[in-house]
Amino acid sequence: MILLSSLINGLSLGSIYALIALGYTMVYGIAKMLNFAHGDIIMVGAYVAFFASFSFGLPAIVCIILAIVACVLLGVIIEGLAYKPLRQAPSLSVLITAIGVSYLLQNSSQLLFGSATKIFPSLLGNGSFKFFDGKLSVPYLTILTIVVCVLIIIVLQWFINHTETGRCMRACSEDKGAAQLMGINVNRTISATFAIGSGLAAVAAILLCSMYPSISPTLGSMPGIKAFTAAVFGGIGSIPGAFLGGLLLGLIETFSNVFISAQLSDAIVFTVLIVVLLVKPTGILGKKISEKV
Amino acid sequence: MLKVENLHVSYGMIDAVKGIDFEVNDGEIVALIGANGAGKTTTMHTISGLIKPKSGSVLFDGKDISKISANRIVGLGLIQVPEGRRTFSAMTVEENLKLGAYLRKDKPGIDSDFAKVYKLFPRLFERKKQLAGTLSGGEQQMLAMARALMSKPKMLLLDEPSMGLSPLLVREIFDIIKTINEDGVSILLVEQNAKMALAIADRAYVLETGRITMTGTGQELSDSEEVKKAYLGG
Repeated sequence: MILLSSLINGLSLGSIYALIALGYTMVYGIAKMLNFAHGDIIMVGAYVAFFASFSFGLPAIVCIILAIVACVLLGVIIEGLAYKPLRQAPSLSVLITAIGVSYLLQNSSQLLFGSATKIFPSLLGNGSFKFFDGKLSVPYLTILTIVVCVLIIIVLQWFINHTETGRCMRACSEDKGAAQLMGINVNRTISATFAIGSGLAAVAAILLCSMYPSISPTLGSMPGIKAFTAAVFGGIGSIPGAFLGGLLLGLIETFSNVFISAQLSDAIVFTVLIVVLLVKPTGILGKKISEKV
Repeated sequence: MLKVENLHVSYGMIDAVKGIDFEVNDGEIVALIGANGAGKTTTMHTISGLIKPKSGSVLFDGKDISKISANRIVGLGLIQVPEGRRTFSAMTVEENLKLGAYLRKDKPGIDSDFAKVYKLFPRLFERKKQLAGTLSGGEQQMLAMARALMSKPKMLLLDEPSMGLSPLLVREIFDIIKTINEDGVSILLVEQNAKMALAIADRAYVLETGRITMTGTGQELSDSEEVKKAYLGG
């Protein structure tokens, strides 16, 4: 029974990592940059939902929509102000800027909201399913998290492969110059990518904070780093890779938590990452990088 | 149709193009020949808007396009088939062609152009569901040209279409270039294969280290002793 419940919990945690990892992987795939401020977008999403519910008493669905809208806007604004001017700059400058944006977001929220942890309202409801005469109890939230994540991945995969914007994203990901020669507005495509990634981060924020309901200005950093790990694990730039990487990471973390040691679980997660990258440097589903002449 | 005036382009301290003038009239094939590093590709990229010139102007249909961004120039009817093809290898042939028509909204026109390019390049029709990355070099060149035609251009910039192809394929590609031109599309052709280029060009310019050193009809340049010595192998 404990095996089964760990499996379900691992999948649910992994789903959240996968949602966040999608943001990393899409932005990397198209803008070729690591947006280290992505984790902090989650934090902003959590605070927006918190204040919408706690201070204004808005209904749950409105809080969720507000969080998504705020994150989408924030993502697009950050891209336009901080990253777009660096389009021709070396990747190291962009990386450092991203780390700077991350601290800016964390410190501003500390200043605005205080550093004390707040309790996240239960927007998604409590209660649980009972299986095997009540021997296994699975919270609704856990199932909801998995279902939402799977649906989002399916829709996103369809979007990338079958819509014009998706086609533009793939074109920009492969060759920005050639994409421009087709008439594609590369800047607008990159903005759209940030918008989607940040929107998904908001969804992840709601799910994550409903699962672990205490929020603070640094809440995004650890899930951010883990989701980044998941993206690299699955093969950065690949959407199915982010999904697979997220799920595996969630499972490994949950299982080592339950069966080995709660203190060591993060260390185990990163050890597995290192081993995977030693064996397959491009990640599980990563494409082989071939140099063309 | 296209008029380049006193164009200067530089990369940092290095001047790649040092004040060139040339023009392509309506319906012409004009070749730009020259050795490696002469500034041919730089000129093409500047016309397309991928690189901004230091000074000078690029007039297309009488309008200065040198300050317009690359993605908007396509909409004016000027499109480049870049050196090395640069087709989207992870996409199917059909998706590549759809991207060529990205800026167009006339669905019936796009459909009839699909039929037209498939007729011009039957091999692409056979492989329309195949990923572009799995095509041969010649097929990729055809795809790059077909993709550009899907934008319904008034003028085509072709950068080294013969590069890396067998003599037989080069002939095929050049025949297609002629067909496209006869269909009313003006062409600016950049080539290292000067012999082939001069054979189909109405007029040509010789570019040497960023300057135009000679100009004339394709025939005149083919007959010129200097051109023969430098570019046609004696």
